[in-house]
Amino acid sequence: MGMTIIERILARKAGLDTVSPGDTVVVDVDMTVLIDLQFATMWIAPNRIHDPDKLAVVMDHAVPAPTIKDAAGGPHARKFVADFGISRFYDVGRHGICHQVIAENGLARPGEILACTDSHTCAAGAYNTAARGLGPAEVYSIMCTGTTWFQVAPTVRYELVGAKPNTVSGKDIFLHIANEYGEAANLNLEFGGPGLAGIPMHDRRTIATQGAEVSADFSTFEPDDVLKSFLDERGVTGYAAAAPDPDAAYHDVRRIDLATLEPYVARPGTVSRNGLPVSRLGKQKVDQAFIGSCANGQLEDLRIAAEVLRGKAVAPGVRLLVTPASQAVYSEAMRLGYLQDIVDAGAVVTNSTCGACFGYHMGVLGPGEVCITSSTRNFTGRMGSAEAEIFMASPATVAASAITGYITDPRSVAA
Amino acid sequence: MTIAFSGKVWVFGDNLDTDAMYPAFAMKMEPSEAARHIFYEVRPGWTDQVSRGDIVLAGKNFGLGSSRPVAALFTELGVAGLVAEEFNSLFFRNAVNAGLPAMTVPGATGVFHEGDTGTFNLTDGSWRNDTTAASGTVPRLPGLILDIIESGGVLSRLAEQGYLPSELGDLLRSPTVAIRGAGSGA
Repeated sequence: MGMTIIERILARKAGLDTVSPGDTVVVDVDMTVLIDLQFATMWIAPNRIHDPDKLAVVMDHAVPAPTIKDAAGGPHARKFVADFGISRFYDVGRHGICHQVIAENGLARPGEILACTDSHTCAAGAYNTAARGLGPAEVYSIMCTGTTWFQVAPTVRYELVGAKPNTVSGKDIFLHIANEYGEAANLNLEFGGPGLAGIPMHDRRTIATQGAEVSADFSTFEPDDVLKSFLDERGVTGYAAAAPDPDAAYHDVRRIDLATLEPYVARPGTVSRNGLPVSRLGKQKVDQAFIGSCANGQLEDLRIAAEVLRGKAVAPGVRLLVTPASQAVYSEAMRLGYLQDIVDAGAVVTNSTCGACFGYHMGVLGPGEVCITSSTRNFTGRMGSAEAEIFMASPATVAASAITGYITDPRSVAA
Repeated sequence: MTIAFSGKVWVFGDNLDTDAMYPAFAMKMEPSEAARHIFYEVRPGWTDQVSRGDIVLAGKNFGLGSSRPVAALFTELGVAGLVAEEFNSLFFRNAVNAGLPAMTVPGATGVFHEGDTGTFNLTDGSWRNDTTAASGTVPRLPGLILDIIESGGVLSRLAEQGYLPSELGDLLRSPTVAIRGAGSGA
């Protein structure tokens, strides 16, 4: 019996010929990424670590520090990387949301395993990497031992066909899938098929990232020429990509005709079976609009936002917050003029951080407020008050909604 | 050694997410204070009612969401173990790694009512509702996972293995120290 992408990678890294759903395997981890939250408060330095070259530290969730507790973590991180000779340290100033930093610096490689202390680590599945968010104690353990264990889950394959309309983004594809098929707890997601070639890398990353919102274990894309070009540009070479076997066994195969899709929105609470096309939502006022996060703070997301906002103005009473996913994205978006367009429209551009997405700082919602967000989660209370409502949509929809003050199909706002 | 837990059962529903158990505002607090905010919205006041040795039992996809060390907060409250019809796998791992016993029991919310006493044995996979005498068995967890739980979590195991100062070994079984030592996720 053949293997799915994830089964192939787990088998390879466990030193086994084959693995099947239900197996528990011990695997070597190729890259482990620690985040700033890991160092807050006490932080116990280890006696020894597995390999400093397989480790990175990214300051992202709470930078610049919004609390004294977070501020206390910075020196712990700096001392740790100095003591153990860790060269991949992305300190404040060269920082970014860890999944963006991972992508920019080639830390996620096809066919390899990546672990990180953030639940959206599955983002790197866009690069054919078996990537998972794990708890802080487990990431700490991998840092020490270089290994961890996984229970091999069954895989759902999304077979993509057709060409997506230009007005449809990765976010819309994901929200459609989440609405149609719901939760995928204790399952892996695999994306491939003839339609994949028409989905750019930034959209793949949005989709892979949000595997976490339907509770998937791993969320991984097939390797192809689009991925190879992306990696070539970043100097990532010498990897062994993992393609699924033709006779791989799947829990389910779901065919998605990209040509039939349109902009989607998820209602507050969850993305699972809770969405609809934006065109069918009805009139919904918003107080805050947010474009950012590991899912949608990429350069292309800011380009799309700038194109919608250019020469327009954010509606009175609406706050539009835009958070570039990294310093590198920030710099490039500035050079290309995107930030000028965004700020001229009346938006606030923030420092690169996880910030508003997880309701920690820089854009927390108050009771009774409504937010339209392109970030990762619309759980109750996620972005601040539990009495606030969070709708989720693409950067284009969020930008269009900020202009009108109501959740708006971006196709109806002429560029 | 047998890994088993027995106590009063609190019954919760499906899809309890990590924001409902460890909200962002609580991440700014010390672990002991943060633990007072578990279920702050879905069941206000619960943390004042729960007693040491009690069991939290939930429905499907228990713990979806973030990698925040929620399990350590439950341990902080003295919760003896978690039971669910289905665990979110990241949340399950976090429980194991915090040394908090967790058992998957299909149909559990139909078999247990709030206030029942339950006994759950991870070593042989058996469970029993001591109030109604209903009982059953589930597949045993792999030895690797049982070993981590038995060690009191992954950090005390690392101390045993020499990766962490050995004098911290016992201390790391304490959730407050463990959560501080390894920090948080998101």
